[in-house]
Amino acid sequence: MTTMTGAQSLIASLERVGTDVVFGIPGGTILPAYDPLRDSSIRHILMRHEQGAGHAAEGYAHVTGRVGVCFATSGPGATNLVTPIADAFMDSVPLVAITGQVPRAAIGNDAFQEADITGITMPVTKHSYKVMDPDEIPTAIAEAFHIASTGRPGPVVVDIPKDVLTSPTAFDFPSTLNLPGYRPTTKPNRRQIRAAADLVREARRPVLYVGGGVFKARAAHELIALAETIGAPVVTTLMARGAFPDSHPLCLGMPGMHGNYAAVTAMQRADLLINLGARFDDRVTGRLDGFAPDAKVIHADIDPAEIGKNRHADVPIVGDAKSVIVELNKAVLGDNSERGRVDLEQWHSEVERWSRDYPFAYDQSEEGPIKPQYVVERFAEATKGDAIIATGVGQHQMWASQMMPLNRPYSWVTSGGLGTMGFAVPAALGAKVGRPDERVVAIDGDGCFQMTAQELATATLEKIPFTVAILNNSHLGMVRQWQELFYDERYSHVHLPQVPDYVMLAEAYGAVGLRAESVADVDGVIDKAMSVDDRPCVIDFRVDAGEMCFPMVPAGASNDEIIVGPNERPYDGVPQAPNEAYQRREEAAS
Amino acid sequence: MISSHTLSILVENRPGVLARVSGLFARRGFNITSLAVGETEHPDVSRMTVVLSADGKPVEQCMKQLHKLIHVLRVEELPGDASVDREIALIKVGVGVGKRAEVLEIVEIFRAKVSDMDVDALIVEVTGSPDKVRALTDLLEPYGIIELARTGRIALGRGGRGLKAPTLHPVPIESAS
Repeated sequence: MTTMTGAQSLIASLERVGTDVVFGIPGGTILPAYDPLRDSSIRHILMRHEQGAGHAAEGYAHVTGRVGVCFATSGPGATNLVTPIADAFMDSVPLVAITGQVPRAAIGNDAFQEADITGITMPVTKHSYKVMDPDEIPTAIAEAFHIASTGRPGPVVVDIPKDVLTSPTAFDFPSTLNLPGYRPTTKPNRRQIRAAADLVREARRPVLYVGGGVFKARAAHELIALAETIGAPVVTTLMARGAFPDSHPLCLGMPGMHGNYAAVTAMQRADLLINLGARFDDRVTGRLDGFAPDAKVIHADIDPAEIGKNRHADVPIVGDAKSVIVELNKAVLGDNSERGRVDLEQWHSEVERWSRDYPFAYDQSEEGPIKPQYVVERFAEATKGDAIIATGVGQHQMWASQMMPLNRPYSWVTSGGLGTMGFAVPAALGAKVGRPDERVVAIDGDGCFQMTAQELATATLEKIPFTVAILNNSHLGMVRQWQELFYDERYSHVHLPQVPDYVMLAEAYGAVGLRAESVADVDGVIDKAMSVDDRPCVIDFRVDAGEMCFPMVPAGASNDEIIVGPNERPYDGVPQAPNEAYQRREEAAS
Repeated sequence: MISSHTLSILVENRPGVLARVSGLFARRGFNITSLAVGETEHPDVSRMTVVLSADGKPVEQCMKQLHKLIHVLRVEELPGDASVDREIALIKVGVGVGKRAEVLEIVEIFRAKVSDMDVDALIVEVTGSPDKVRALTDLLEPYGIIELARTGRIALGRGGRGLKAPTLHPVPIESAS
């Protein structure tokens, strides 16, 4: 036991839990922690905005599976972290946010730069600590990392008053954690696995509905075995892109509002949904009472509060996705060897027809404006799929998910649940820090880019090279699309005229700035960007502002009402394949 | 269907726990009818008894979310017919010498007691089910209630079974990372 200050104890504790990098900005109350940081092995990356620090820590966590750590000072520093904390909460990202607080005696007095950050973030954190005694710092850090990274991961705030950081304390790192109220169930119940295997046996139209939980459990490898054992088609939600390789014949891609027609329709027609770590989010289900009407549901989640929340589960399984996948695979393998494999040929041929007849489609003419999807495709070609892709939120995000073949796990970094515009640049930065040997490409929109572009300064100075491809349609594109489709083309405040000049802006930040204005430019600028390896590179792709993101299930509609393209619906309200459930509903409605 | 639910929640006895628990109810717009918190036989563990009126399905979801709070140890909904629930009310009635005998008669019938008496007022202390407290309050109303304080409901399930705090097993830190 050594005597030191609270701040030294904090840094020593972070070293003990294995922190190698912290994203942050110093300020009045966190100042004491920045002094011992100078002598620590921990790398600190000085961001330009606390929101950037939070998203960078998330990007780091997404690609490494380790806890992302960010520092901010009290008051505005801490409140700037609220968005990334909420983002991490929605997407179950392990994040520890350490904030300075005004001295103990000043708390509650509206002191300078005081904000009750544990109070403010209470609904969007997995847990939080207000450390009022310097001796409690090691325990708070140990517990915070444990809670953030185990069970269903999530953000934890550790708020430490300045005088706690400056007070003397004896550093005593705990050897055990005392958390009687926190014991996540990771091992699935054997009877439930048996019941699930029985449902799999009965199913003729099964779909594996794979969510972010598979990443959190590091179960991507095991998932392939399960999918092949059952022989079921697989859909990967926005949070699970790459958890199952897009190149695999069983993969149908992304379900949901802008998902693959085949993925959406396979779920609609399924007689069994095997949900592994997904949560029946409204963006996936569409109108709930019209979602997968014939399907029985196996729902495996480590968080019991997700099971049965939106959709009844015929077989609920509480457990870690990896254990569930391994156990279920064993059970189904056993059944298969005893009774032979279930013949799913007819189902496969139906699903293949949907994939074949309704692929993602766009029309790139040689002379016409650049289509955003074309840019994504050219990036896929240039990187050979060997890159980590980060995105913002909106049309570009959906095009990236649709057109970028994602074949490796932990190479897709996006903001799903909260839908945080501005996520891409700082998240790409954090991803590159976490996996420096990987190429990182941020596919961004012009609206998103402007929300966090200041982190290019961080990337330039810290020599963190990544590419930012702005699919610049000079609009808040997704909002524009909704106004075109649902508000009679009454465009309201969605136009972002070409200010700033993104090439000049990139150069002002010390980054490389490139621009593509015609189809002929695209490959050239991508090649150039790929050769930059010592600083960030921004490409301004001037893309067709009128391009819309399809397929689309309008908000509040049933997934049966999917619109395939601007001029066509697959079945104008009448399904192509006879569907009993659909007919039943039609009859009931008439 | 909106109905009354009584939740019994065992929590770690720490600062901030009440805010976390009540925050979950507030998020859903549940109105808390009554809330009582006190230490249990184990000084590190408190029991919260929460009465709220809400639809059944969201209450069930809310209970699962209560479980997720790190400092919440156990959550149970107590069935109305298989639990004992009580509250204490202190009722200050403005009666002087003239009507005092009538009030004392009511107090007697309700097996309540008088805890303080002054020339122009007395404090009635009553323990019982919410219905009993309400009935007594109604009867005392005409005499002029100056002030009233209620503890909020506390409740335990009937029979030998009990909601127990889990034994406090420290987890070795190795499994933490």
